[in-house]
Amino acid sequence: MSVSTGSDGIKDVRTPLSDADVRSLKAGDRVRISGAIFTARDAAHARLAPLVDKGEALPVDVKGQIIYYTGPSPARPGGVIGSVGPTTASRMDKFTPALLALGLKGTIGKGYRSQAVKEALREHTAVYFGSIGGAGAVLSEFVKKADVVAYADLGTEAIRRLEVDGFPAIVLYDAHGGDLYQDGQKAYARENA
Amino acid sequence: MEHAVRDIHVSTISDAVKKLCMDANWRLEPDMLRAFDRALGRERSDAGKQVLTILKQNAEMARTRQLPYCQDTGMVIAFVEVGQDVHVTGGALYDAINEGVGQGYTEGYLRASIVRSPFDRVNTGDNTPAVIHVDVVPGSTLKISVMAKGGGCENRSKYVMLTPAAGLPAVKDFIIECVKTAGPDACPPLILGVGIGGTFEKAAINSKKALFRELGSPNPDPMLDALEQELLERANRLGIGPQGYGGDTTSFGIHILTYPCHITSLPVAVTIECHAHRHKEVVL
Repeated sequence: MSVSTGSDGIKDVRTPLSDADVRSLKAGDRVRISGAIFTARDAAHARLAPLVDKGEALPVDVKGQIIYYTGPSPARPGGVIGSVGPTTASRMDKFTPALLALGLKGTIGKGYRSQAVKEALREHTAVYFGSIGGAGAVLSEFVKKADVVAYADLGTEAIRRLEVDGFPAIVLYDAHGGDLYQDGQKAYARENA
Repeated sequence: MEHAVRDIHVSTISDAVKKLCMDANWRLEPDMLRAFDRALGRERSDAGKQVLTILKQNAEMARTRQLPYCQDTGMVIAFVEVGQDVHVTGGALYDAINEGVGQGYTEGYLRASIVRSPFDRVNTGDNTPAVIHVDVVPGSTLKISVMAKGGGCENRSKYVMLTPAAGLPAVKDFIIECVKTAGPDACPPLILGVGIGGTFEKAAINSKKALFRELGSPNPDPMLDALEQELLERANRLGIGPQGYGGDTTSFGIHILTYPCHITSLPVAVTIECHAHRHKEVVL
């Protein structure tokens, strides 16, 4: 079991994740993610897509893993990484269901996802986490190690393996159809907007 | 009256732009920090308050460690006001600005986010070129205002050509619709720059220019100021909140700039700006 609840009510999540781990997470849960996660955004997804289509091996085995949609800023000399906040996830929607079918268990980003992604999260038992967009400096504190593992020529868009410790996030969409955006916004929407 | 022409060397311009780019990304302007505090005073949502608190910490960490506030260090937009009695020496003005951008982004460990072509998508490596707008004005100074404009919010910017008959109600509804469709993707609390009137391109440029007004300052035109307040109130009733997690702070401000327009036209351009509103200016 890689999910446990801390004394502060925040759930500690350690990668890789099993289906049971994913099912225990609900929209609105605050989490701390530890272990290895992989970065990939637009350009990396565009390279992964034809491999997935042809059934070829990916440079990273996504089974049980989490992909973080981010393109970090360069590390200063001696530093691990620069700022590392999330990018808009919907640009990756086109590629996500196929990766979930391969066993990817989580993605981290910001913003709404398509209906197809929501359905794929349910079908393949996976979760969509949100980290705070624009909090890249704070988030860099939780990254202990960063190595490029594929597509180095893509620079910031290369696939990196990040070792994270207590990386803060929130469950935006869970594997049961729960949606924090819907619930949260409904609670604060007022008349005459 | 005769004015002596004042020489400004391109290296002075490059050095200034380099510093503006680094400072903009490391040090959020005081108007933004005040906006976080104002919002924390009235936000009802716990999730919203938590996001605002973390963003304040983020601004502090960015400043003290010289780390960019956001990893998307943006495309540089430069508005330049060149006094007509200024003579730029030693090279070309546009090259000097791009030289400063390249140096600032490379030496400041800021992300290179610009590709050389919309089709082959090859990164230029130093975040050049900038988008540069030049106005010639009276005087012998050169004012450079830069903004590091994030891509996620820029992608939610919109334009519409309304009819004069549709008028003000349609303008208002369009602006609110822009806030809704931007939603959490554009990193709220948002700031909206709105250009109304002029032509297709004039409205768009004014929508960027409007963002340089100090956040929280009144629009100098009382009618527009009242309109901005009404729209801000409406935007904050949508419930989207900080990061879209639900709350009262969907927007920090809506800035409108107008221009005369043709009898047939009512153009409206809305630039969506995120809370990473990084802007700095200098007068040489």
